[in-house]
Amino acid sequence: MTASAVPSEASSASAAPRSGGVRRSVLRRVTPYLQAGPLALTLLVFLLIPILTIVAVSFWDYDSIRIYPDFVLTNYEELLTSPVTWKTYLNTVKFAALTWVITLLIGFTVAYFLAFHVQSTTWQMVLFLVCTIPFWTSNIIRMISWIPFLGRNGLLNSGLISAGLIDQPLEFLLFSDFAVVLAFVHLYALFMVVPIFNSMMRIDRALVEAARDGGASAAQVVWNVILPLAKPGIAIGSIFVITLVMGDFITVRLMSGGQSASIGLMIANEISLLQYPAAAANAVVLLAVVLIMVVAMLRIVDIRKEL
Amino acid sequence: MTGTGTRRGLSFYLLAAFFGLFVLFLYGPIVTITILSFQGPEGGLTFPMNGVSLHWFRNLFEQQAVGDFGGSFRRSLALGLTVMVLTVLFSLLAGFAFRRRFLGSGALFYLAVASLIVPSILVSLGIGLLFNILGIEPTWYSSALGAHLTWTLPFGLLIVFAIFNRFNPAYEEAARDLGATPWQTVRHVVLPILLPSLIGVGLFGFTLSYDEFARTLMTAGSFNTLPLEIYGMTTNVTTPVLYALGTLTTLFSFTVIGLFLAGVMILRRRRLRRTGAAA
Repeated sequence: MTASAVPSEASSASAAPRSGGVRRSVLRRVTPYLQAGPLALTLLVFLLIPILTIVAVSFWDYDSIRIYPDFVLTNYEELLTSPVTWKTYLNTVKFAALTWVITLLIGFTVAYFLAFHVQSTTWQMVLFLVCTIPFWTSNIIRMISWIPFLGRNGLLNSGLISAGLIDQPLEFLLFSDFAVVLAFVHLYALFMVVPIFNSMMRIDRALVEAARDGGASAAQVVWNVILPLAKPGIAIGSIFVITLVMGDFITVRLMSGGQSASIGLMIANEISLLQYPAAAANAVVLLAVVLIMVVAMLRIVDIRKEL
Repeated sequence: MTGTGTRRGLSFYLLAAFFGLFVLFLYGPIVTITILSFQGPEGGLTFPMNGVSLHWFRNLFEQQAVGDFGGSFRRSLALGLTVMVLTVLFSLLAGFAFRRRFLGSGALFYLAVASLIVPSILVSLGIGLLFNILGIEPTWYSSALGAHLTWTLPFGLLIVFAIFNRFNPAYEEAARDLGATPWQTVRHVVLPILLPSLIGVGLFGFTLSYDEFARTLMTAGSFNTLPLEIYGMTTNVTTPVLYALGTLTTLFSFTVIGLFLAGVMILRRRRLRRTGAAA
């Protein structure tokens, strides 16, 4: 991003002497601030200040009726000493890890097929669009669309029974951890496909050619050439999938039928019970965990060249 | 694509099969509920089909117990359109700003990226708390609008970056050399070239907002948007009327995308014709 800013800056600097006048040059100097202003203001008012509010409220006191400005550590104390919290975090990380591994395998394979095996650019774009279309419908609709598949009398169970593979409907299909992870993969696989595809399209085809001429097998080309060069895309996709899953509450609530928990769901429950300071403390911890995960990923892979 | 032409071997067909399964996985459930939404009046949430009817679609519009379906749809539509316009405007302006270096550009960039990473429920909670403390009533056109923008603006900004990366500044220099003012350069050279991509940004912003649930949860105030309405239905409605709603909203999304894509196509054709006439 900064690299792309340099040449245009140079060109505007060379044009500067021509437009004389002090007012002009003042205008030129304040223009970027005016242009970035709306974005900066929106993010300030609706992101930064709200998060600072959460941090502040996490130290407030509360009872069953209202919340009181204060500085107490009880919200964190209660949160971090409760075994429920730790179990919930572990469960959420489990969802995130499973979803990450599965979406990564799917995303890499699909992107690899589109980028290196589909011959014409037209077909590439058509197939790519085919993958992205379901993304345009509501997440909740996409979740409930699994009900007729996975239910006790769903397509899968009746199919398996009529095929003689099982004689009792499988109970674990719907309202279970299996259903939650399945829905996550369904919802977020695209967030893996797109950035990896994008990375792969930038790989110089001559490198693949050279590796093959050097006697590398197809598997060696994928492992030693394509995988390392697709890493930035993998990192971006991973950040998306992991942060989305870590903060999710609706998929977990709907697909587990209330039998499983996640941090997001815990926060949502606290909100509905009007325990705002407790929810805020939980949110601060969640934010810290997500940021640590993201920073760790960014330390492994430099994604800046991707922008 | 050089070199790959010769070897359409086993691996190609295996990968193609995998891709096919993936597409089936993506579309299968949605197709299923579309079919099931035409279930007969006696039919349930799963197969077999108990006759074919529009019963559940009629039911959707009649039954007031389900909730304010029409009102929530209108609110979501208005909100989505507002978000769309603001996303295009703000991210394009910021894109121009980022082409030069300005004080705080790094911080603003990281703030935008952070906006993507912060879990939605936190944005919802934060804005809800802020409005609560300030004593302002949250509404779908104030707090929810802001909450949605924290989600759509970073996407818009990243797309605008990608657009400007591919944009050839020689066009601008040519315009300047011909004596165009900066505004004329933007109006007659830069904007027409960027227009199709900007439509993409708008489409993205609209659909993200139209489907957004978590960020609306605590910020919508006393009137529901459509995703909130649908969510409410999932917890207490156990008839195919749910699928009818799903089918309708999906159909609506596709119509919007279709209209946008048609718009881009028309623009491209018009430009081709114009440049063709000029040559």
